[in-house]
Amino acid sequence: MNILVCISNVPDTTSKINFVENDSKFDTNGVQFVINPNDEFGLTKAVWMKESNDANVTVLTVGEQSAEATLRKCLAIGADKAIRIDCPANDAYSVAKEIESHCNEIKYDLIICGRESIDYNGGLVPGLLAGLLDYNFVTNCVNLEIDGSKATFSREMSGGTEISECQLPLVVGSQKGLVEESDLIIPNMRGIMMARQKPLDIVQSQGVKAKTHDIKFNKPEAKSEVKIIKADELDKLIDLLENEAKVI
Amino acid sequence: MSVLVYIESEDNKFKKSSYEALSYGKALADKMGVKVSGVVINCSDTESLKVYGPDKILKVENQDLNEFSSKKYAYAIADVMKSENASVVVLSSTPDSKYLGAHLSGITDSSFVSNVVELPESINPFTVKRTCFTNKAFSLTELTSDTKIISITSNSFGVIENSNDPQSEDIDIKSIDSNQKILNIEKESGSVTIADAEIVVSAGRGLKGPENWEMIETLAETLGAATACSKPVSDMGWRPHSEHVGQTGKPVSSNLYIAIGISGAIQHLAGINSSKVKVVINNDPEAPFFKAADYGVVGDAFEVVPSLIEKLKAR
Repeated sequence: MNILVCISNVPDTTSKINFVENDSKFDTNGVQFVINPNDEFGLTKAVWMKESNDANVTVLTVGEQSAEATLRKCLAIGADKAIRIDCPANDAYSVAKEIESHCNEIKYDLIICGRESIDYNGGLVPGLLAGLLDYNFVTNCVNLEIDGSKATFSREMSGGTEISECQLPLVVGSQKGLVEESDLIIPNMRGIMMARQKPLDIVQSQGVKAKTHDIKFNKPEAKSEVKIIKADELDKLIDLLENEAKVI
Repeated sequence: MSVLVYIESEDNKFKKSSYEALSYGKALADKMGVKVSGVVINCSDTESLKVYGPDKILKVENQDLNEFSSKKYAYAIADVMKSENASVVVLSSTPDSKYLGAHLSGITDSSFVSNVVELPESINPFTVKRTCFTNKAFSLTELTSDTKIISITSNSFGVIENSNDPQSEDIDIKSIDSNQKILNIEKESGSVTIADAEIVVSAGRGLKGPENWEMIETLAETLGAATACSKPVSDMGWRPHSEHVGQTGKPVSSNLYIAIGISGAIQHLAGINSSKVKVVINNDPEAPFFKAADYGVVGDAFEVVPSLIEKLKAR
């Protein structure tokens, strides 16, 4: 079985968010980049499937050279091969189109992308990719079993869980729950050493034009000072919520 | 040209978030100087939609769509988009709408922007404000393709009444093959979901153990709120993952967010930032959450919460 895990290279969750060039670009200065957390759950699941389903795991990112450190980490976690499509990740559409064109050349039975990236939060790439390739699709996926050419999976929905099955190929939007956070594979020394020997191919981009672009960023306005209410004056809190904030 | 709103329903009832999407669609259509249509799938009584101002209600009745399927629903809406010559499709931010929306943009080669919080700043070029960096920032984003899809953040625009007398039309759609089948749905019983909630009551490690959640549930019930929790609480298995809110969990954009015994790590704050009013109850006056809150109570949750419940019930 061939598995592709699409990786987004994102600022660490603790990063300070600032913008440069007249607020038109994210300020990467001093920012640590990591594997997008939602992708990481999918990657660990894929690496487990190397054993359980005799799978071959390729990781792919659409991005510039700076993303290669993140791909090496994926190899250290246990992916067999890495691919970088060489162009900036301009928007979800262009990224999905680049991945689609790679998937038309090399057939994958299972494509895993994080449910959404923690930087632009679009949550679009997995669905777009499924739509473009006309593959089956599940997002917010919290359980996945593959048996031969059949997949059984669950997704978190509004107020419950939905369990479905389908034939492969399938595109999965992964998130926490697909594997538990405590089960995420942390690369060990051996993995890191082996990752250096594994192939990291650079593929030329198709030059797909983006359909959306960010014109300007801004940060939320600073909050006004918190109003502290004494623990024995909760009537006041209720009054404020009712009459000032008007939310209850 | 027209605006098309997908109106999501469950068990023959429309979702509140769909009324908001329709209110947004109406305001957008007015701004663009075009008509707005709402498409409903397998939901016969559309009377309640009128007050939100649609010019047309398009009813799709199809056995094949009895169960939600991202692919089949996306193809159905794509059909309607074509027949209505829709240039903008408006969706809510429920899991199902986002699920089918991404699929729809792939099928129709449309540009899609999610987490939109306001009406477009301009129509030509088409620019919208959306949240990004998990609510730590906003982006003004331009959509350049002919057909555009936007999904709006819950409670960002509000439900606006604007009565109209819409035409109603039955729509036939092409049937789509899919080998993807739902086997089972496990519903959580009787609770308000985080995505639909106007009020969210959330608790953290300060509660000391899962056995103490009863008062959180009672408070939530009293307010008609959904319950949520911080990341450590779901990691320790005190509460299900589906309740975890924050950067790697669910985003919350409720009108009121009450945080009890949550210190307010940057990742948690990111996830709840777009909630309008935040109340923090914590015994540590130095908890970082107080800096992000509108109202704060410094006190022991085990005293404050029961007393708050009592006072709310007496109201």
